Amino acid sequence: MVKNITNLSRSGLYDWMLQRVSAIILAAYTVFIGGFLLTTPDLGYEQWSGLFEQTWVRIFTLLTLLSIAAHSWIGMWTITTDYLNSRALGGKSVLIRFPVQLICFVAVFSYVVWGIQILWGQ
Amino acid sequence: MTSSTESSLVVSVYCYNPEADKKPYMKDYSVAIPGGKDLMVLDVLNLIKEQDTGLAYRRSCREGVCGSDGVNINGTNGLACVTALSEVMTGKKKLVLRPLPGLPVIRDLVVDLSLFYKQYEKIKPFLINENPAPATERLQSPEEREKLDGLYECILCACCSTACPSFWWNPDKFVGPSGLLQAYRFLADSRDTATEERLSDLDDPFSVFRCRGIMNCVAVCPKGLNPTKAIGHIRQMLFSNAT
Repeated sequence: MVKNITNLSRSGLYDWMLQRVSAIILAAYTVFIGGFLLTTPDLGYEQWSGLFEQTWVRIFTLLTLLSIAAHSWIGMWTITTDYLNSRALGGKSVLIRFPVQLICFVAVFSYVVWGIQILWGQ
Repeated sequence: MTSSTESSLVVSVYCYNPEADKKPYMKDYSVAIPGGKDLMVLDVLNLIKEQDTGLAYRRSCREGVCGSDGVNINGTNGLACVTALSEVMTGKKKLVLRPLPGLPVIRDLVVDLSLFYKQYEKIKPFLINENPAPATERLQSPEEREKLDGLYECILCACCSTACPSFWWNPDKFVGPSGLLQAYRFLADSRDTATEERLSDLDDPFSVFRCRGIMNCVAVCPKGLNPTKAIGHIRQMLFSNAT
């Protein structure tokens, strides 16, 4: 058992499952938005606001935002622990890896908060 | 490579003696290949050894059983003793031999396999059974025994693990294809009772889940085994075992 403190959950299985479930949600949302764009002629502000005024669309969008957050965090965590580890950068690799992970976390967290603001804001 | 007349082959070999060389270098040898024979790469190494007695490489059984002579042959890992020149020289003018990638080089083609064995040790490669030992032996049905086919044959040559990018990046954390094939060999064994303990030891983001399904392990295994399939079975077991 390898101990980790920066991955999403403490379990490899949970991260693995979450990455796949979130991928399915992202694919479904892509199909949904793609379908809306293709089937809505003369797309304008009224159609967009009409779509996002529906509660179920807001919930689906929030679920997608959370899926993006989880999916990208697991992916970026994997990339940083592959390429920014002590084997690649030496003993002080944590001084590079941790700030990169922090930037990723702040970016992901900001996107979620910003998205909520857009969805439920005035 | 099987023409009846003797031919000459240029072999480029990775050389590094840490006591004498500042950095590794490739050295070309010209080797006379006897006519009418399809030599194995190990035979070629032995011919080079006659020219340069200082060249270091591992070998023992010379028949693909001991797993000592894993090397990188023209860019692909394999056992020198069971890899014929005709297999690796198609369309090539030169035979290029390097040590197995991703591990520290001790000298020339000899790598330090400590990390590889550490991962093997981690998966507890022995039967664990808490039940009292029977008078004779722990019996298996033919069906139960059949589940071990394709798993027990691993000879720990390290060709698969050293062909795996995930193992290159994290050889201290990712068990690697060879170790995971062995892990599944004991998980699948009806005589082993430590399934829960074994699975819980593997449920972290590195030990099993760092496998990205690249399948280099399957492509290079000299015994024709399929570690990726075994890793898939471990994932399934972890998944079925969870709530």
